Amino acid sequence: MRFVVNTDKERREMMDSIGIGSVQELFKDIDEEILLKRPLNLQRPLSEQELLEAFSEISGKNADTERYKCFLGAGAYDHFIPSVVPCLVGRSEFYTAYTPYQAEASQGMLQAIYEFQTLICQLTGMDVCNASLYDGASALAEAAIMASNVSRRGEVIASSTIHPEYREVVKTYVENRGLEFREVGWEDGVTSVTELAKEVSDKTSAVLVQNPNFFGNLEDLDEVGKIAHEKKALFVVCVVEPTSLGLLKAPGEFGADIAAGEGQSLGNSVSFGGPHLGFLAARQEFLQKMPGRLVGMTTDTEGRRGFVMTLQAREQHVRREKATSNICSNQALNALAATVYLAALGRRGFRKLSTLNAQKARYLRSRVLELKGFEARFEKPYYNEFVVRCPIDPRKINEELTKRSILGGLPVGRFYRGLEDCWLLCATEKSARKDIDLLIETLRGICG
Amino acid sequence: MKLIFELSAEGREGASLPELDVPEQDLGIPETELRSEIPLPEVSEVDVVRHYTALSRMNFGVDSGFYPLGSCTMKYNPKVNEVIAGLPGFKSAHPYQPEELSQGCLQVIYELSRDLAEITGMDAFTLQPAAGAQGELTGLMMAKAYFKRRGENRKKVLVPDSAHGTNPASAALCGYEVVEIPSDPRGGVDMVELKGKATEDVAALMLTNPNTLGLFEENILEISDIVHGNGGLMYCDGANMNAILGIAKPGDMGFDIVHLNLHKTFSAPHGGGGPGSGPVGVKERLARFLPKPVVQKNGGRYFLDYDRPESIGRVKAFYGNFSVLVKAYAYIRALGPEGLKEVAENAVLNANYVMRKLEGAYELPYDRVCKHEFVLSGKRQLDFGVHAMDIAKRLIDYGFHPPTVYFPLIVKEAIMIEPTETEGKETLDSFVEAMLKIAEEAEKEPELLRNAPKTTPTTRLDALTAARKPNLRWKER
Repeated sequence: MRFVVNTDKERREMMDSIGIGSVQELFKDIDEEILLKRPLNLQRPLSEQELLEAFSEISGKNADTERYKCFLGAGAYDHFIPSVVPCLVGRSEFYTAYTPYQAEASQGMLQAIYEFQTLICQLTGMDVCNASLYDGASALAEAAIMASNVSRRGEVIASSTIHPEYREVVKTYVENRGLEFREVGWEDGVTSVTELAKEVSDKTSAVLVQNPNFFGNLEDLDEVGKIAHEKKALFVVCVVEPTSLGLLKAPGEFGADIAAGEGQSLGNSVSFGGPHLGFLAARQEFLQKMPGRLVGMTTDTEGRRGFVMTLQAREQHVRREKATSNICSNQALNALAATVYLAALGRRGFRKLSTLNAQKARYLRSRVLELKGFEARFEKPYYNEFVVRCPIDPRKINEELTKRSILGGLPVGRFYRGLEDCWLLCATEKSARKDIDLLIETLRGICG
Repeated sequence: MKLIFELSAEGREGASLPELDVPEQDLGIPETELRSEIPLPEVSEVDVVRHYTALSRMNFGVDSGFYPLGSCTMKYNPKVNEVIAGLPGFKSAHPYQPEELSQGCLQVIYELSRDLAEITGMDAFTLQPAAGAQGELTGLMMAKAYFKRRGENRKKVLVPDSAHGTNPASAALCGYEVVEIPSDPRGGVDMVELKGKATEDVAALMLTNPNTLGLFEENILEISDIVHGNGGLMYCDGANMNAILGIAKPGDMGFDIVHLNLHKTFSAPHGGGGPGSGPVGVKERLARFLPKPVVQKNGGRYFLDYDRPESIGRVKAFYGNFSVLVKAYAYIRALGPEGLKEVAENAVLNANYVMRKLEGAYELPYDRVCKHEFVLSGKRQLDFGVHAMDIAKRLIDYGFHPPTVYFPLIVKEAIMIEPTETEGKETLDSFVEAMLKIAEEAEKEPELLRNAPKTTPTTRLDALTAARKPNLRWKER
């Protein structure tokens, strides 16, 4: 395929107009020594038909949550996406646009982002939210760095019940920035508050905790927040499964200073891990230290309502090395998907969705625990994920399940030593009773 | 235009959810952990569709028309790529499903890494970074790890004054002190300044080539020698690869690290600001520091290699903005080697054609052959009280998306134009015609420009008040 428009005749006319005899003359400023003397070593071009065939074959080698029943979560959640979401996000005026630098030609995206900022504030109970960050993990890292800029302290403390890959990202960001990163342990499936209380000091810039945590359990946010605030550290709550916020008290209601997290669950597909949707919401007083773009409402010369990117003096294109972050491109289209999704579900729908997730998870859990050899690993309040102990290696179980087109839970031993027999299961509104029952029957066959 | 919140009417629902098909249980969540209220809007499905369709009509994309936004490479985004990225095996593959059931996804990552290495002349790639700026940060983290391993503590990163703002911001985020290098009168790196500043405490020079003026660094080999001579690394901001695909490789210019913007050169749509993708390629001596995991191939089987003790760690959960990777790989496969070279040749021809057509009416500060883009100055129009921004806004009335303005910072009243290869002569001619007309208007009817745009849903917006009294969210009265 080729997407070049001009014909040879037109190219000739253009070259004549410039006064050159060949296109090569336009590259005469490149040293002969570095000009490539051979074609790139790539496969031959394909027609559209061949391209589709080639990629259908490649994609066909993957399992997907449409053909497989999915009980896997752990940071990427298989939720139903209403048709309005892809239809509206697929409007090319949105997806083929660049960053809304020219406000008058970009009012659609700007208003949508303003709505997104509002919706995330409504969900998280925070005052202000940015226009998105790359993903939950980097959003948490940005939150940690923001907290150290606010508090002018050099140490970040993260709970070990935060998603392991998130912790790795935070560690990578924070240490390269020249800050210290420390983790505190867990007990009974939640952050050890006794350990946390010992660790947090007046050097601590931020305490990071995830709710529901990686094991699916609800943290004692009141207590964690109290420990952080006693030492004047910022209290950062990470939300990886935002559909939980239809039921659970918002981070803002627990006194969080920053809520950072992942919005994939809100109308974005799992897409083998990306693009997902990072967000960062904070209390008003920290506005000037926030990373990323912000859209604000204003008026035009006729007094009509309009929207612009604002407070750009925080950003890299204005402040360069003194910017609050280096972020430029964000995840605007994923933010748009979340906006449409939340609007479509609305006040009642979102509550109902959360309840469905929680109820399905409880059915799944009680059925799994009926099986011989399976035990609850934790007895804590949870949302739509939970950990069970298995009679055999959960990796083995997953292998068997795939034969029945089931994606089993996450073998927790992948990330936590001592939990090699543990399995992190997830249910969503997509988990039909018959699918859960099929899983149970299959498990009985495997482990019975 | 109303906000979605202002369309809300109590009791409306815009989505249908399945009935609960399992026995209802007590949730076992203490009352103190539950919320009483979720203040989301209540609208019907039709409300949602009309609202966001109306918003889309207030937005200008590449599909709407010519979008010569310099430095952003707003080329046509092939539709087939959207179809491919939407295949269930890509869109609905879970990042933690077993490797055996993810062979197609891993194949895409592996083969795209291989092809990007060939295109850039690098030895190894990571596709994990989610955008160019995150790629920069990742590249610098690798540089830092490289020096740490050598027992060197280099504190500075050199950045030309023409660089994207992300370069100094990424260096600072990575804990480096930023030292700015001025440009010379020809728009390249000032060699005398470089020699003075490329000392032994410099970790890297971050260079965009072709640079943000659209000019190829003529002294690139000498620049690399100077930086390497003091043990520093050469970092290539590959945001402008579109000009040199199949023509020259950063790896042959002396660069040790390069990041690419797949949402620019490799046709993935920009999504109104993202998602992007910022893969980073390195020379062999830096490969051990790549973020983990790295996709490897063993026989016919692909696997995720986490056993990388010297890796910088991670910058993102999972494996990158995967569906953007799929689109970029599909683009490379569609075009092949000849097609990619043709992209560069046509992008450069288009830019030079428009540049020469406009140099009479606007100041051309660097009169050289340009690459994928060129920068004009609105200096002359200043005499009539007209700014680059006014010219930009007036272009909207003529049906074009404006070029980038006021960047790079070293050109007064900068107007940065990047036509890309997917525009034909007719489109370029009509853009030129509009620009010439605007230059005339600037002289004769400057008010037309100062009051532009007039054809848009809003006229010019009050950015000052927006910043002074930030209104960043809607609140129920």
